[in-house]
Amino acid sequence: MALSAARIGRRRAQNALFVGFCILVTTLALTALALILYSLVTQGIGGINLRVFTMSTPAAGSPGGLLNAIVGSIMICALAMVIALVIGILAGTWLAEYAGDGRYGSLIRFLNDVLLSAPSILIGLFVWQILVFPFHGYSGLAGAVALAILAVPVITRTTEDVLKLQPTSLRESAVALGTPFWRVVRSVLWRAASSGIITGALLAFARISGETAPLLFTAFGNQFFSWNMAGSMANLPLVIFNFANSAYPDLNKLAWAGALIVAASVLGVTIVARFISKDAKPS
Amino acid sequence: MSTAEISAADPAPRRLASARGSRFEPFFHTACFVAATTLLATLGAVLVLLAIGGWPAIAKFGVGFLTQNTWDPVADVYGAAGPILDTLLVAALAMAIAMPIAGGVAFFLVELCPPVLRRPIGTAVELLAGIPSIVYGMWGLFVFAPVFAKWVEIPAMSAAPAGSIWATIFQGIPNGTGLLAASIILAFMILPFMAATLRDLLATVPAQVRESAYGLGATTGEVVMKVTLPYVRRGAIGAAMLGLGRALGETMAVTFIIGNSHDFPKGLFDAGSTIASTIANEFNEASGMQASALIALGLVLFLITFAVLALARLMLRNQARL
Repeated sequence: MALSAARIGRRRAQNALFVGFCILVTTLALTALALILYSLVTQGIGGINLRVFTMSTPAAGSPGGLLNAIVGSIMICALAMVIALVIGILAGTWLAEYAGDGRYGSLIRFLNDVLLSAPSILIGLFVWQILVFPFHGYSGLAGAVALAILAVPVITRTTEDVLKLQPTSLRESAVALGTPFWRVVRSVLWRAASSGIITGALLAFARISGETAPLLFTAFGNQFFSWNMAGSMANLPLVIFNFANSAYPDLNKLAWAGALIVAASVLGVTIVARFISKDAKPS
Repeated sequence: MSTAEISAADPAPRRLASARGSRFEPFFHTACFVAATTLLATLGAVLVLLAIGGWPAIAKFGVGFLTQNTWDPVADVYGAAGPILDTLLVAALAMAIAMPIAGGVAFFLVELCPPVLRRPIGTAVELLAGIPSIVYGMWGLFVFAPVFAKWVEIPAMSAAPAGSIWATIFQGIPNGTGLLAASIILAFMILPFMAATLRDLLATVPAQVRESAYGLGATTGEVVMKVTLPYVRRGAIGAAMLGLGRALGETMAVTFIIGNSHDFPKGLFDAGSTIASTIANEFNEASGMQASALIALGLVLFLITFAVLALARLMLRNQARL
């Protein structure tokens, strides 16, 4: 009896240790999040003023903002999303509707999952090799292609998943009306799955808008304002990277402001995406 | 276009409805097929181009590229043992830190968390996963590094008796950057993703399995460690390896804080450089043999991460697709 009491005591103690550990590390993780957000906001808000949105990046010591980088980032990301949406939705549709359980479909699915977590700097190197080196110049276009390669797997994956959730009866009833299958896909399945596809697109956007590594050797950055996507282009992540590593406090301040803008838009988009997918669930 | 519109478009049997637009079907099918094949082609092209671009360096330095540690752009001699070793070391350290924490967070969310808090905490963890890596890097450099230097590195170095093993491990410059600092930042970058995946896996364990274990009188810790975690074992290993894949290839967060030195690190506080940070720092100024050596480094990283990610996916395949 005494033995079993000792044993129960030991198990209780072990369990208390386990529960304590879980609570401790969860607190630790949440504290890290809070600390990162706290320093982002406190350091970033001080740097944000009207000039940030109206002037281009300065040389050290002169006043300036992030206008060229913001516009560049928006243009590069927008083009990347257009490319990625076309390829991603079509590829996801093929996987869900045409591929079945075939070998080639499984291979594509597998490679897509690998590409989903492939190191982004290698995509930058790859695009440098196909679009920058042969054409002798960095370009916003090359940056957009690099980001598109990172966004496609996310969109493909979510498109396939939400299309597979649509009931077979939906396809059958549309086909029974005599509709060609491509119109069933376009007018019925894509519509029914639209909130899921939009969620995927938003998550892909959130992923690429903070990416820095693939832009280093592609869009390169530009100190001046530019609409020209065939030339090198300023963008927020690279400006943050360069200014954060600079020795000048005013440039560091701009880097924090830029980081706050990027993080706020990424987190905002993520929250919107979650909201949409929550709404979509019951259907 | 809705279903209502489809029927409105074909009001009378003027024409066989099935004929309308059905000749576009092959085009649509082909377009979808081509898009899917683009994925395969891209991954294949990445591999082939990295191999072609890195070939001059591989041909010149051979196995020495992997085993020697000389990175000398002046003499044009490159051996990447340092960055390769640092990449593996930093990723391993980051995993060692991140895995227990990610596990604890997932267990807390599934077994211990009051239901009211489950959603907000889960969302917070997912938000942590969404913060761009450059923000982690900046935070690491400006906020974490000074604190780390003052409260961890300097005390650890002065506490370590001279000549002991600890003095060797804690060697380096106590400025807050270096291998261990990079590993810690990296750990916090990959842990939310690992925690969220593990939480989703644990949620797939049937309630009967968990409840029968509780019914036998098992404590929470015993249920998790002896019943639910073994139940999702393969998936959990897969999730950890996905995290490892990210840790190996992560660039910006590491570049900010690792210190960027090509020498073999002498201790955990010493500066180093991973494959990704080396490429990020040097590629824009490189040409000729140095560019080729950097691309060859990229090839090495590609092969390592591909192997890890492929293995991770195979482990996860029999679990619910996550």
